[in-house]
Amino acid sequence: MSGGHSEYVPGNGFSKWLDSRLPLPRMVYDSFIAYPVPRNLNSWYTFGAILMVMLVVMILTGVTLAMHYAASTELAFQSVEHIERDVNYGWLIRGIHANGASMFFIAVYIHMFRGMYYGSYKEPREVLWILGVLIFLLMMATAFMGYVLPWGQMSFWGATVITGFFSAIPLIGEGIQQWLLGGFAVDNATLNRFFSLHYLLPFMIAGVVILHVWALHVTGQTNPTGVEVKNMRKETVPFTPFATIKDALAIVIFLLFFGWFVFYLPDFLGHPDNYIPADPLKTPAHIVPEWYFLPFYAILRAITFNIGIPFTDIVLIDSKLGGVIAMFASIAVMFFLPWLDTSKVRSGNYRPMFKICFILFAIACVALGYLGSRPAEGIYTILSQFFTAYYFAHFLIILPILGRIEKPDELPPSIADAVLDEPAKAGRGRASSPQPAE
Amino acid sequence: MAAKTKAGSPEPTRRDFLYIATGAMGAIGAGAVAWPLIRQMSPDASTLALASIEVDVSAIEPGQAITVKWRGKPIFIRNRTDKEVEEANSVELSDLKDPVARVADDEGIPATDLNRSAGEGKENWIVMIGSCTHLGCVPVGLAGDFNGWFCPCHGSHYDTAGRIRKGPAPLNLLIPPYEFVSDDTIKIG
Repeated sequence: MSGGHSEYVPGNGFSKWLDSRLPLPRMVYDSFIAYPVPRNLNSWYTFGAILMVMLVVMILTGVTLAMHYAASTELAFQSVEHIERDVNYGWLIRGIHANGASMFFIAVYIHMFRGMYYGSYKEPREVLWILGVLIFLLMMATAFMGYVLPWGQMSFWGATVITGFFSAIPLIGEGIQQWLLGGFAVDNATLNRFFSLHYLLPFMIAGVVILHVWALHVTGQTNPTGVEVKNMRKETVPFTPFATIKDALAIVIFLLFFGWFVFYLPDFLGHPDNYIPADPLKTPAHIVPEWYFLPFYAILRAITFNIGIPFTDIVLIDSKLGGVIAMFASIAVMFFLPWLDTSKVRSGNYRPMFKICFILFAIACVALGYLGSRPAEGIYTILSQFFTAYYFAHFLIILPILGRIEKPDELPPSIADAVLDEPAKAGRGRASSPQPAE
Repeated sequence: MAAKTKAGSPEPTRRDFLYIATGAMGAIGAGAVAWPLIRQMSPDASTLALASIEVDVSAIEPGQAITVKWRGKPIFIRNRTDKEVEEANSVELSDLKDPVARVADDEGIPATDLNRSAGEGKENWIVMIGSCTHLGCVPVGLAGDFNGWFCPCHGSHYDTAGRIRKGPAPLNLLIPPYEFVSDDTIKIG
């Protein structure tokens, strides 16, 4: 869709001079002003822009917090309290940063579900999708390490449990774990390196985001019909002002929601135990990760049985390693989504059976999230196992089969046919003043 | 080299040799740069130096337990009652999820109560690393279905000899290297 041809015309002598040396204004113009977007994008498509804003907000507040934070087991907890109480506007900056992590994940989950529903990962956008999953992984690593920094009880024990995953690897696991921790337990060395990496990773995310947007601008955006743009003039509108203004409105609404948490419920999404300084000798009664990790945590805990050769005592994968494998697999499976979904039809709007399966999948994810917050016992474990099985079945069984047996609804021949008042055939001579998307 | 041979030259040339030698030097150089950057993350000398501690256990009455810190990890020291020792002794090895004692110096011996305790004449004492073998939480003492330890994180139950009986943990609680240096003092490490 970006097509290679550029409509940028340098306005004055200086831009002409610069254009033949470093055509940065041309790139910005082509990518964010003239860039054609499908006219029928709905509000679910604004979360990409919201995520960009969130990344900037997190880096800005993070860099300023680092000016006051001390990464040492003796000082970390106090320095965070010092930020809250003494530093000018520290309460605000930390409130934005801490709640911003949750907002970031809300936005990324909506963005991912949108991609899954509208088949945004399908050919030719596989690389775009894979880069997105990579960003998600980096976000998880960044968020996890950030949560360790305040050095509260949940920080410490969350770090202990998560780095404990690596000890599940046979033979070399223990060594890897000690290498990651820089000791035999989570301690000062661990806190220091987590701070260093927590500062580094967001910039790596920003790098992958650039690749993600680049890939998006090579293939062009999908749209709710899933039909590719056929007529540029009729079916697309320029990014500015149409997408810019629409994204700006969505960002303002999102920031209102964000602000509500920052100003009225600053600790609602956190855990009270993290206001108790870390104590290596005492584990809190319930270790729960932040809400955005709960579905994966439920999958981890669902594997309570050893996997071995049937009718013998030989254990191939013990329950601990099994849980860790299942948890990593639940993310890894997303990398293969473009090839697991065998349907040629992109948009869920035209796939009656997929629509139901998508809703069931979403329910399974929310259910796993709830179960991750419950103690690992009785009915909760059984339900976790059920929904974990369903989660994997969705990717590995349902999606591959669905593409073969499902009879999709009739697709509109073009975007114009689907969304313009007059169908394309009759409306050939329609005046082309661009209409806003939606 | 392959390209050259394909192009028809039967013998490797001086240039092939130079390519390979340069490439090999480059790889060794990259490795030499990477190694310190990787190794700096391993436990440092001061961490490794925290080798041993001595603990006075004279004040621990039967049925009581203390927790001390060794190498950043909690160590459970429990003076068990006769009843608790008896309970642990009556368990068949075949009932255990992990039948190995997990003592520091000998990994292979069976997980009998005697092997896990401080030994003949000191069967009442048990000294263990207080990290759940699942994901490293600290189990709670005098709790769980077997009246031993219970890990609140993911629900592992250990018996009075610290052996895993129920839940996701794969191994019995590990036993650190330790010895009674006198009747009242334990040296750990």
